[in-house]
Amino acid sequence: MNIVVCVKHVPDATANRTFRASDNTVDRAGVDGLLSELDEYAVEEALKIAEAGDGEVTVLTMGPEPATDAIRKSLQMGAHKGVHVSDDAIHGSDAIATSLVLAAALKRLEYDLVLCGMASTDGVMGLVPAMLAERLGIPALTYAVEVSIDGDRVTVRRDSDTAVETVVAPLPAVVSVTDQINEPRYPSFKGIMAAKKKPVETWTLADLDVDASQVGLDAAGTAVTSYQARPPRSSGTVISDEGDGGVQLVDFLAAQKFV
Amino acid sequence: MPSQPTAPLDLFAIDGLLDAEERAIRDRVRLFCDESVRPYVAEWYESAQPPVQELAVALGQLGVLGMHLKGYGCAGTNAVTYGLACMELEAADSGIRSLVSVQGSLAMYAIWRFGSQTQKEQWLPAMARGEAIGCFGLTEPDFGSDPAGMRTGAKRDGDDWVLNGTKMWITNGSVAQVAVVWAQTEDGVRGFVVPTGTPGFSAPEIGRKLSLRASVTSELVMDDVRLPGDAMLPEANGLSGPLLCLTEARFGIVFGSIGAARDCLEATIAYAAERNVFDKPLSGYQLTQRKLADMSLELGKGMLLALHLGRLKDAGKLRPEQISVGKLNNVREALSIARECRTILGAGGVTLDYPVMRHANNLESVLTYEGTSEVHTLVIGQALTGLSAFR
Repeated sequence: MNIVVCVKHVPDATANRTFRASDNTVDRAGVDGLLSELDEYAVEEALKIAEAGDGEVTVLTMGPEPATDAIRKSLQMGAHKGVHVSDDAIHGSDAIATSLVLAAALKRLEYDLVLCGMASTDGVMGLVPAMLAERLGIPALTYAVEVSIDGDRVTVRRDSDTAVETVVAPLPAVVSVTDQINEPRYPSFKGIMAAKKKPVETWTLADLDVDASQVGLDAAGTAVTSYQARPPRSSGTVISDEGDGGVQLVDFLAAQKFV
Repeated sequence: MPSQPTAPLDLFAIDGLLDAEERAIRDRVRLFCDESVRPYVAEWYESAQPPVQELAVALGQLGVLGMHLKGYGCAGTNAVTYGLACMELEAADSGIRSLVSVQGSLAMYAIWRFGSQTQKEQWLPAMARGEAIGCFGLTEPDFGSDPAGMRTGAKRDGDDWVLNGTKMWITNGSVAQVAVVWAQTEDGVRGFVVPTGTPGFSAPEIGRKLSLRASVTSELVMDDVRLPGDAMLPEANGLSGPLLCLTEARFGIVFGSIGAARDCLEATIAYAAERNVFDKPLSGYQLTQRKLADMSLELGKGMLLALHLGRLKDAGKLRPEQISVGKLNNVREALSIARECRTILGAGGVTLDYPVMRHANNLESVLTYEGTSEVHTLVIGQALTGLSAFR
């Protein structure tokens, strides 16, 4: 079984993230990048499926040269090989262009299952998995909290506020997973050592027969026109208990959708 | 507005000297220590009851036990990576690094380097997993820097060997499943693989320690311990065997001591920023800054030295006297840094609420074990002059 995991290299959320003043795109130069944490769940799920049967896991990413770090981390966790689509023309691509490039890359790969994180931790749009499935003409099963493979069918569980859904689709399919699905492993020393020797291919848009005019900032359907830092955290709400403190607390939590 | 503080080792841009794999393994060990050692180590130290068996299994799962060896379930990293792991472990506590050093560089290394195929297959995978703990018996009550005088002896009795004698200051002794014991035989010093359950073998723990309290230290007593003929390490002939093992372990200390010093300095810088004296932070005073600057210089120089020696080791060019340079300098400076940090921490610095007194006390042992600072001084002296001044 061939599993392809689409991953993204994102700026470290614990660092001071910002936009480039010149074109309002994410500034990747000043901040360390890493494998998007939400994608770690997809890599972990792919590894579990591969280990349970006889599977091979390929990690696919697109982005500038440092994005290869996201592939390396995935290979350290245990993925078998990587594909990095890197092309200057990709800079500034939106979700539509991202799905175009990833779909073109997937067409050159063998896959039975495509796994994605539920969203990236930088853009947080969560659109790419469904767009990807549409472009590939295969089913999309999103926000899975459980995935099982049975022959040529994939079954996922989706939890919402009001219902638990079980969704079945024939393979191949695109599945996006949430952070509830598993506990991503730490790379072992042997995994870290072995990653160096695993193959990583780098493809350009020309390799994928994608016209550069279809991607990048100029082709994007959306644009960031302005941005500002979130105001400093306010001092919070103090509830003084006059018999109804518990009720007030629960009301507050419910309003914030914590309960 | 104060600017963003820089970590002491970042002054030296150390990360740029490491490759991605080295950084990844270092970060993994650091995370392990943050999760599984740091929250508990002060308590282990105070009670002098570290959970060694559980720790060994966790360290085995992490992959650090024998990590620089190839085969038999070991990761086979380069020497620099092993050194970086020792640094992170010792930043948590020298006792934890000692556990790993003795397991990987002394007991496992001795079997890996000098053992028979059977001995390797029997012990190394279980030791790499931390399911079997090893210890290394060379030092005796009356013979430390002069191991050639050892009184422990092994005599042939038919095909068997019979061991008698006492070893002293043996890390992991009371918790070990296997001891590598060095003994005099008719044809010189030889090493023996001794399962600690063998009749006549006992390992009483040494108490009343004020150093390495998060580590088990023991005596090994062998009273007519009968071993089969194949218990001897076939490839180790003479004292060069155990001395080669000690060179391995010393290498880890060159890095490890820098870890202890870094931890002291980081804790101290954090404290000095928070602690107000008169009307401003302690870190804003010139006397404090001079101490911090001087300590950071020694820390960074020691780190650069460790990395340089590590690169030499990976190139197969590291000479024993160069390890002496590293061990003498880095442990001495680490101890000095720990003591100086204590002065900035004030009275709180003598408690287990801060790591510095614990590190300082640990480093007293580290200064002496695996070759005393005096012996390393004489090794360097001999290299410089061509004259031996040991006797």
